[in-house]
Amino acid sequence: MNVDLNIRIHPLTRVEGHGDLLVRVVNGQLQEVHWDVVETPRFFEVMLKGKHYTSAAILTARICGICSIGHALASVRATERAFGVEIPETAAKLRLLAKHGETLQSHVLHLLFLAAPDFLGLPSVLPLLESSPSTVTLAARLKGVANRLCEVVAGRATHPVSIQVGGMAVFPDRRELASLKAELAGAVKDLAAVAELFKGFEMPAFSRETEFVSLKGEGSYPWIGGALLSSDGVERAEGDYLRMTNEFVDERNTSKLCRLSRESFAVGALARWNNNHRFLHPAARAAAEELGLGPDCHNPFKNNLAQLVESIHVVHESIALIEDLLAEPESVQTMAEVSPREGEGVGAVEVPRGILYHHYDYDGEGRVVRANCIIPTTQNNLNIQHDLKRLALDLAADGADDARMERLCSMLIRAYDPCISCSVH
Amino acid sequence: MRYLHIDSPRPRIAVFDFTDCEGCELQLANKEETLVPFLNAVEIVNFREIATGAGEDYEIAFVEGAISRSDEVERLKAIRGKARLLVALGSCACFGGVNRMKNAYDLGAANAEIYGRTPKETLPVRSVKEVVPVDLEIPGCPVSKDEVERIVRHLVLDVPFAFHAYPVCVECKQRFTTCLMEKGQLCLGPIVRAGCEAPCPAGGLGCWGCRGPAEAPNLEEFFALARERGFTDQEINERMAFFGGFEGVVVGGTR
Ligand code: SF4
Ligand code: SF4
Ligand code: SF4
Ligand SMILES: [Fe+2]
Repeated sequence: MNVDLNIRIHPLTRVEGHGDLLVRVVNGQLQEVHWDVVETPRFFEVMLKGKHYTSAAILTARICGICSIGHALASVRATERAFGVEIPETAAKLRLLAKHGETLQSHVLHLLFLAAPDFLGLPSVLPLLESSPSTVTLAARLKGVANRLCEVVAGRATHPVSIQVGGMAVFPDRRELASLKAELAGAVKDLAAVAELFKGFEMPAFSRETEFVSLKGEGSYPWIGGALLSSDGVERAEGDYLRMTNEFVDERNTSKLCRLSRESFAVGALARWNNNHRFLHPAARAAAEELGLGPDCHNPFKNNLAQLVESIHVVHESIALIEDLLAEPESVQTMAEVSPREGEGVGAVEVPRGILYHHYDYDGEGRVVRANCIIPTTQNNLNIQHDLKRLALDLAADGADDARMERLCSMLIRAYDPCISCSVH
Repeated sequence: MRYLHIDSPRPRIAVFDFTDCEGCELQLANKEETLVPFLNAVEIVNFREIATGAGEDYEIAFVEGAISRSDEVERLKAIRGKARLLVALGSCACFGGVNRMKNAYDLGAANAEIYGRTPKETLPVRSVKEVVPVDLEIPGCPVSKDEVERIVRHLVLDVPFAFHAYPVCVECKQRFTTCLMEKGQLCLGPIVRAGCEAPCPAGGLGCWGCRGPAEAPNLEEFFALARERGFTDQEINERMAFFGGFEGVVVGGTR
């Protein structure tokens, strides 16, 4: 087949941040395929130097406008582990609840606003305002509940204020919590409608053997802290994250790149699903079965389905958490005493796009001497490149035209829900 | 009177991002109860984060982010050339935002620390108005969607918009938050421009000044009060430098 293709997308749309896609095929032979992260670097790890521990989470939340709660959580966890602080149990529940709000917000944004248009053959969600306003209303309602959950628990959805070293600065308004519980029951129904919609979408048949990295579930589906696990059998302690990521710099990208046991690895909803699905809420597991998401899944397009399954899980778990919290006495403690000390700490948190690490080294005054942040999309970027290469090879061999090549390559990158400015930071 | 020369009843808007976290543009997709009417009040012709297809015939450009690379300077100038109204969206665009703190470090050393022997291009951080003329600045990290909606409504209806002159304390007291200064925390509320509805003190965090100074803030009185409560000049200065909105303002001798 004598197909010539020259696809250059600069920058890819409907993703967070700036990345370029390039595919070149001559005479049906794939010559080049690249996913280049060109986002401007911001040097957060440098700006952290000298900062007081009370400002580290406020600063690092600004790494990402979508998963700022996740950054704040990884940040305070790293600091608490450096100082040897144990947070009150109630604070841990509140943090998990805020985390669930963010996971739902981010997954819904990605599934309905960024990914769904591809499956519907639309350039964005905007044409649906006329053709299917009820879908937009549904999406807005779900995102609304998610954001309200974050606001009520963390003080604000983007760039939280109550997540502080030692715990949570305030216990949320109980009436707000109670009304959220009712809204979340509505979200269960709305997510069932989203699942119906996605059942009608055809996930491209593609698969590539991949190493998946996530937190290791121990009794529950893991979100905040704990051991690290890879599907190739590597297991390490949270503090040993450097040997789980092996970051390096190359010429083409402002994002660093990572690898573990093979050429690259993946993190995110699909990795969590593969490594920990047995800990999901039964309703989430039932939805997975209906959606055709099975164990040991190596089709990156199905990360979309894993996000949907996780959304169902976090809504159910949030309802249970709120019931628990409403049973707490008025006088409940949400902050522990904090005294800074010299030392270092690592915080690992499963944020929507995968495992996130913050690592700080403190002096005796509680000021940062050295900081390191490793972002999920940084870990995924190389895997995206390897997936793209395989996909482009398959498509070139199949004689795909420009439109099909461009559509499927863009969809593949979007399926990872990359958070590009975050990956550069 | 037409406000800032906009005559379309449904303005064609575009959203662009530079050095930042994209949290401000995300607010445009938030506030779900009014999302649909908001999207119907404007015509979005270019918004890379949510839509494929880049229209060039926009009237209002919302520019988010600080400027820290030469390609950004070029891109921003091209946008300025096309937009009739250029709005700086968020504290990164208005002041440089948290990114501005980068300017306190040596950029060569910063590059070596992060990228080793493969340095990446980076310039000292500038706000949007340090590069091109700006018609309107909406501060906040992130911006308040309520305020953005009010501003867009004013643009659509052709009525001038005025930001609150008073400080965050006014809004904080309106929501009956117990004053954090009374509880021993530093809070910039007395000198920072209102409009956010004081979410931080309500969530147990003193104001960090993301919206920049209120109109004619009584700085001396505030500094005296903060010192009296035992806060050091270093703490106050670090706080004011955090979002870049108080550039040039310092208490005591050095920063
Ligand atoms: S002002 Fe804050 S929220 Fe807005 S883009 Fe900058 S860092 Fe993000
Ligand atoms: S908490 Fe801050 S903003 Fe609120 S009244 Fe006190 S000083 Fe003002
Ligand atoms: S209270 Fe202060 S820091 Fe918080 S949003 Fe308002 S101006 Fe920004
Ligand atoms: Fe990093």
